[in-house]
Amino acid sequence: MKKLTESEKLRITYDCKQATFLIEKQQASSLTAMEKRDLKHHLKGCDACVTYKIQSTLIRKLAKKVFGVQENKQPFGKAFKEELQKKIDDKLNG
Amino acid sequence: MGLKQKRVLLSDSKLMKQHSGGVKPSPKQWVQKYADYLFAFASLRIRDEDLARDLVQETFLAALERLDKFEGNSSEKTWLTAILKNKIVDVYRKQASGLGNTVQISDFREEADFFDAENGHWLAGQQPQAFAIDLMDPLGKKEFQSALKNCLDKLPSLWLSVFTMKHIDEEPTKVITDRLRLTPSNFWVIMHRTKVNLRSCLQNANTKYDV
Repeated sequence: MKKLTESEKLRITYDCKQATFLIEKQQASSLTAMEKRDLKHHLKGCDACVTYKIQSTLIRKLAKKVFGVQENKQPFGKAFKEELQKKIDDKLNG
Repeated sequence: MGLKQKRVLLSDSKLMKQHSGGVKPSPKQWVQKYADYLFAFASLRIRDEDLARDLVQETFLAALERLDKFEGNSSEKTWLTAILKNKIVDVYRKQASGLGNTVQISDFREEADFFDAENGHWLAGQQPQAFAIDLMDPLGKKEFQSALKNCLDKLPSLWLSVFTMKHIDEEPTKVITDRLRLTPSNFWVIMHRTKVNLRSCLQNANTKYDV
């Protein structure tokens, strides 16, 4: 891998848009070696994006809970159930 | 002699099929066993309760048509959920191609609202701060989940479907891009925008205690 020039390093240091993009890509997929290097370099000098990374991971973790069906009692409804059961019974006996 | 043998062989193979997965489908009990679960599953992913209920009904009826295809390799619940998932993705696709998306986007912002156009740096006032909520406290955790649910509910349909399919259902990227007809680039832009917006929404929920 080619070494980063000073101006490239500077660009990466400031580019939080790219860093946060890479953070998402890393979470959902994987990064290339170059991307890993760039992200590491950025995070060394950017507390805001370190915070972002922690929070992004947290959001993903807790979203799973929000979608956890145990947490979401959502009754289908007695009348609807009866109606649907009848439809199924009719089909089976059809 | 030949015909009798054939009949015996056929029933053998039928027996084998029945015992292959050890799971025999019991459609008469589906509503009682799975309607609530499937309804909750669908309601979380598409926000229209009536539509969610319709999809559950469609799922059972479609499954009835394919009873002979159920091989018992997975549980009944998994099998029915898979049928439902496909129907949900069809809804996503319809939502994605409709005008609904452009109407909802006003609530959410694009990269230019968060990052400097020239160097990509966080704009003043957009820099992530620590969340105020104490996540070690179970009450705090509940508050946070509630705030997260509110923020998720505000997402444009397309973003929510990408988010859900990737982070919750853990579908491979290619499945998502194929089924929602997105380019890989579209996909990653949506993933990025969604998370940046969610994080910001949660941050604001914290500071206003607007849960």
